[in-house]
Amino acid sequence: MGFITDLKRRLFRWQSDGTAPLRLSQRRIFILPTRAGLLFATALLAMLTGAINYNLALGHALVFLLVGLALTGMVHAFRNLHGLSIAPGRCAPVFAGEVAYFPLHLASERNTPRLALELRAGDETRSVTAAVAAHGLSEVAVPVAALRRGWLDLPRTRLATTYPLGLFIAWSYLQPAMRCLIYPQPLPTPLPPPQAATRTGDHHGDGGQEDFSGFRERQPADSPRHVAWKASARDAGRRPLLVKQFAGGARTELQLDWALTPEATAPEARIAILAGWVMAAEDDGACYGLRLPGQEIAPDSGDTHRHRCLEALALFPS
Amino acid sequence: MSTRPTEALDRGAAPWLFAAALATTLPHAAHQPLWLSALASALFAWAGWLWWRNERLPGSWPLALLVAVACGGVLYEFRTLFGRDAGVAMLVVFMALKLLELRSRRDATVVVTLGYFLLLTHYFYSQSIPTGLWLLAAMTLLTATLIRLHGGPLSTAGATLRYAGLLTLQAIPFMLVLYILFPRVAGPLWGLPQDAHSGRSGLSDQMTPGNIANLALSSEIAFRVRFADQAPARDKLYWRGPVLESYDGFTWKPQTGRTRPPQIEALSPPIAYETTLEPQQQRWLLALDAPGPLPPEFALSSTLTATSREPLSQRQRFALTATLDFRFNLDEDPLALRRNLALPPEGNPRTRALAESWKAADPDPARLVQKALNLFSKEKFFYTLQPPLLGEQPVDDFLFDTRRGFCEHYASAFVFLMRAAGVPARVVTGYQGGEANPVDGFVVVRQSDAHAWAEVWLARRGWTRVDPTAAVSPARVEGGIAAAMPVGEPLPAMIQLRSDWMRTLLFRWEAVNNAWNQYVLGYNPQRQRELLARLGLPDADWRNLAAALATICGALLLAVTAWTLHQRPCLDPAARLWQKALRRLARSKVNCAPWETPLTFLQRVESEQPALAPAFREVVIAYLQARYSGISDDLTTLRGALARLP
Repeated sequence: MGFITDLKRRLFRWQSDGTAPLRLSQRRIFILPTRAGLLFATALLAMLTGAINYNLALGHALVFLLVGLALTGMVHAFRNLHGLSIAPGRCAPVFAGEVAYFPLHLASERNTPRLALELRAGDETRSVTAAVAAHGLSEVAVPVAALRRGWLDLPRTRLATTYPLGLFIAWSYLQPAMRCLIYPQPLPTPLPPPQAATRTGDHHGDGGQEDFSGFRERQPADSPRHVAWKASARDAGRRPLLVKQFAGGARTELQLDWALTPEATAPEARIAILAGWVMAAEDDGACYGLRLPGQEIAPDSGDTHRHRCLEALALFPS
Repeated sequence: MSTRPTEALDRGAAPWLFAAALATTLPHAAHQPLWLSALASALFAWAGWLWWRNERLPGSWPLALLVAVACGGVLYEFRTLFGRDAGVAMLVVFMALKLLELRSRRDATVVVTLGYFLLLTHYFYSQSIPTGLWLLAAMTLLTATLIRLHGGPLSTAGATLRYAGLLTLQAIPFMLVLYILFPRVAGPLWGLPQDAHSGRSGLSDQMTPGNIANLALSSEIAFRVRFADQAPARDKLYWRGPVLESYDGFTWKPQTGRTRPPQIEALSPPIAYETTLEPQQQRWLLALDAPGPLPPEFALSSTLTATSREPLSQRQRFALTATLDFRFNLDEDPLALRRNLALPPEGNPRTRALAESWKAADPDPARLVQKALNLFSKEKFFYTLQPPLLGEQPVDDFLFDTRRGFCEHYASAFVFLMRAAGVPARVVTGYQGGEANPVDGFVVVRQSDAHAWAEVWLARRGWTRVDPTAAVSPARVEGGIAAAMPVGEPLPAMIQLRSDWMRTLLFRWEAVNNAWNQYVLGYNPQRQRELLARLGLPDADWRNLAAALATICGALLLAVTAWTLHQRPCLDPAARLWQKALRRLARSKVNCAPWETPLTFLQRVESEQPALAPAFREVVIAYLQARYSGISDDLTTLRGALARLP
């Protein structure tokens, strides 16, 4: 068993640390006939028998031509993969129960396009098909079902092609060092009562959520929820998207505390409840903090803050 | 490891499959029963209609019903579901039905594989050059269909076809090597079905008025001959088939029974020739009279006909010799002579009376022969392919009333006359003449050269050939049937060509066909052994051949792989000119470092070689314009600047 694992590691290892692009060479490409190829071979055998039996000279020639065709088809299936460079991309976090997509950048330096490249991670049932134009780049996202919170490593991925003839399948195994953060699946639960927040200084002086003080232009970092759609739609939509601005004032602060979740429930369920609270609080535009055994995130709001909270929950040791 | 069966077929692939199915089945319409072609066309049309309207394909019950109907029809038509013609009919039906079942990529793969299989079946009916070319095109179409299936909608039609053509071209070397070296087995492996070689015309083993005339309408080639030296004159070329000795008043048949070997006394040196027989259903070698030693599989009958043990159902080539002047059976078996005097007890009284009167006047056999020939040449006899119908007394009717006939009428009447006059005589059938093809020197004998003549036995001369047709129409024997026929008679178009350039074209085409037959189609186990012996492998068995094949195919595979993976550089033309400019500068000892951009390099040139700088600046500006401005592909400025660079 140890020998097999060792052999597998040797055969399928990613070059260097797994972050550099990989160029497929003949050592990494495997090739075998497909079921259609076996059907074809059987047909050829039957045809050869017929050609011998009826003494058909051109029948012989046809069978031999088809043998040659299958062999060149094999070479071309190999070529469809050979020299393809694959570089890992960055994957966006998803919630448990969703599908994580691992983006890979495929680059081809060949004068002809590479079609029908199928990527399938591990034992996944779903796969994705990609094509790379001549001297082109292409991004393809390999789907993997995200079952549990935490880090999800991209399992060994098979890059396979049966193009052009479908009689042979050429494949290669990829194992780039890629991982995707899986947030816990949120459990929709009513938010805990807000604590009367004591405002400290003018920490939240502007950009707060209380008193409307005017509009400003939307920046990419602003959540779409804060867009003042009505105001933006004036003047036949020729204005830029505007965001409502609020001036300071006392704010309700939510402290999403591990201790507030029902103690009787399982730890995973408590994390799910907390994740649900984080989502709900962010949706309400509230300012919220997260307190977990052993760590604490100061109250804030926005996508980055939400990500920090969900990451903490995702990676919370169980 | 394979495509999942559930993989749905994209809509754009269907036209490819329809075209492939049509290309592989359409030529079969020429020899299939009409109802089958109609059924297949209806199924094709139905499948096409459903695709066009984007409607659901029929379920399994209607399909099962159709299969049952088609099987029933084939069974009724051919009395079997197997065998050659029935099998082909079933394949065509299945192909058409499968189009109504195109749901997944796997179904499509089945269609293509079936198509490849169907290609083979066309060779049952023809292995000519046009068939070969048509099937090569159809194969490329099938391959393109496969590429389209696996490449998906991204592959355009033109690119797909080009790719299929490229794959076919790369497959051809493998085909050649395998064709030459693959250990050949002499078929058949098992008994061939009844219909394996049907539909081939040729001489028959009996003669009734009309059956040679039918052959005369066929320009099909019976055999081809190459003489070692000069070909003999055309009127010497009598190719002997079956000799017919027994007559029932209507039909001439060969005599079966005890035979003894013929005795031939050669009067001239033997001439050597090689004959290539087209497939026929009979066993006659059709050797030139009188044949010398025969190949081992042939036996010479007492009537000098060379017969094979097996029917000659494949094209075969034999080396033979012949003696043109000879004496045949000087002392003939009295039994055989009596056999050749026999006539039906009654019938044709006027002919009998005429023969009796001749015999009473002068009983000398040689003069009786001359008298009969004079009758044919002096009286108004005509040589025609459209003789009037003869009645109950065919010889009487022919000799005294109609007087229009084909060679078999003359031979038959002549032998009847001779026998009635007491001269042993018999009918010989075979071919007469042949046309020398000036392109390759082969003498081509066609079915239209089929002929019947007579043989009489004369004391001290043995069996002597007498050709009564020659007495009526000397042109038939000297110039062939086209020369003998009056204008307006129905003749095969091929023979009727009288203009020179058409004949030349025809000769060239037939020479190409002959080479194809001789060297490509005629490549059999024996020719393979000969070729291998000439290549220095005198006794190669299948093991040597397998080793040689594996080596050569492996080398070929490597070559194809190298050729396929080799990337032909496609440098931008502006970049190529830039490289040229850099090489010029290198002569002046300024080298562009790999990390230098054109502009930084220019700065360095200005400081190191100020003399060159103004000219080089123009080059740099023109190059940057041409390469990166993206406005025009015009390179004239760059070329001009480069020319001014010292």
